Amino acid sequence: MDLIMPGVGLIFWMTLVFSLLLILLKKFAWKPIMDSLREREQDISSSLAMAKQTKAEMKQLQADNEKLLQLAREERDVILNEAKTTKDQIISEAKDKAQAEADRIVESARVNIENEKRAALTEIKTQVAELSIEIAEKVLKAELSNKTEQNKLVEKQLENLNFN
Amino acid sequence: MILKKFWGGFSSFLTTAIIAVFLLGTSVAMANDDSHTTDSHTEHAEKKGFDAGAMIFNHVLDAHSWHVMDIGEHAISVPLPIIIYDQNGSGFHFFMSSRFEHGHAAYDGYKLLDNKIVRESYTEHEVATAEGEHAEVAVEEPGILDFSITKNVVALFVSSFIIFFLFVSVAKTYKRRKGQAPSGVQNFLEPIILFIRDDIAKDSIGHKYEKYMPYLLTIFFFILINNLMGLVPILPGGANLTGNISVTLVLAMFTFVITTFSANKNYWVHIINMPGVPWWLKFPLPLMPLVEIMGVFTKPFVLMVRLFANITAGHIVILGFMSMIFIFGEISPVAGYGVSVVSVAFSLFLSILEILVAFIQAYVFTLLSALYFGMAMEEEH
Repeated sequence: MDLIMPGVGLIFWMTLVFSLLLILLKKFAWKPIMDSLREREQDISSSLAMAKQTKAEMKQLQADNEKLLQLAREERDVILNEAKTTKDQIISEAKDKAQAEADRIVESARVNIENEKRAALTEIKTQVAELSIEIAEKVLKAELSNKTEQNKLVEKQLENLNFN
Repeated sequence: MILKKFWGGFSSFLTTAIIAVFLLGTSVAMANDDSHTTDSHTEHAEKKGFDAGAMIFNHVLDAHSWHVMDIGEHAISVPLPIIIYDQNGSGFHFFMSSRFEHGHAAYDGYKLLDNKIVRESYTEHEVATAEGEHAEVAVEEPGILDFSITKNVVALFVSSFIIFFLFVSVAKTYKRRKGQAPSGVQNFLEPIILFIRDDIAKDSIGHKYEKYMPYLLTIFFFILINNLMGLVPILPGGANLTGNISVTLVLAMFTFVITTFSANKNYWVHIINMPGVPWWLKFPLPLMPLVEIMGVFTKPFVLMVRLFANITAGHIVILGFMSMIFIFGEISPVAGYGVSVVSVAFSLFLSILEILVAFIQAYVFTLLSALYFGMAMEEEH
């Protein structure tokens, strides 16, 4: 029956040693171990939380960038459009201006030509008249070179006059 | 809870089975012990046969000297200090157990009788009759308190030193490698510590678990390391510390005391006036309170018996297989050699099983302690 009969000596030593072991381990082993474990866990969880937060921030930043890019693109489009219209306007204006200038040049050329023509015609007329007189002079001179001829002419002219 | 019920059922089955084995075994052992003492002088004269029961109980029980081995008829053992307190007025007596010359001599007015220290004149025997066999065994002499540094006390000192230095060194590693991944022994122990914290303490106790962590970790590693050291056959292992009822009694007492002191009002209300139970179970005959009060004491009692029975049974079975070699060897040496192959194979298998049991029993004791603490602190729901 020794097997199941607790002995006072062993109970005494066990209580003493186990209490001491419990107290010493609690102070020198379990406390630092549990503290470091907790600390490390907190470190890990806070690191994870930070990573998550950073990720969210990155996402936000990316979205912001995207938005900014979109805005820039839109602005660029607007600017391009504006430039295009301005260009078109300038071109059309220039065209109009050129047309007007050309018209004006053509008009002035026409007027000049007209004037030149008129001047030329006037000159021709004057020259023709002068030439005519010269010719008439020459002809008359020739006609009136002999007496008979002069008389004939006078008669003719007189015939033509008729005096009516 | 399911696990707990499973374990409760399993271990109670185990306990019953083992106690049955004990009763059978003890009767044999008693008979053998008797022959030891009465025939102590003729022992050397006649060639004595191999006594399996005596050998097994010699190994399983506590002793005043640490028996290492026998060479021929000469026993090699380490003598241990004897400390006794005699209540007859002579007070404390200190001397080495070698003075007793293995129970053959008396010293200072005391002698060793069936591994118990008694006064020289003392011859009281208890007559025990079991299974039709008549046996006599010495009973402890009243008035002598034995505080000797026995084999188990030495094992207790050694294992406590090992545990203390192991965990202090681990704690140092934690401090040195702050915020870094574990290394070395720390690597092996950290999962176990985390398992005790997360799966035993947090689950069973709840948010106030931290206060109980030192105790739970201490009992777990105390039981585990002593279980494992008990499996090592040579010094300083081999003492059946966790298979000693005194040791498991103290461990269970610690759990009981902590449970009782951490109990809240709700716990006592449940014991004295269990809510949700018909009144006639409490009055006039306080049936429920009686059952509940019994439960308060059976819980640590079961803790005590479970650990003791499991570990002792493992030792007995392994030693039993080893004894078979010598029993058969006495019939014929050929049979002895033949059986040795089977015995060694079975012992090896059982030793591996015992390593598993060492872990399981440490786990169960810790888990149930945690569950009891949790129950004691359960809030009203």
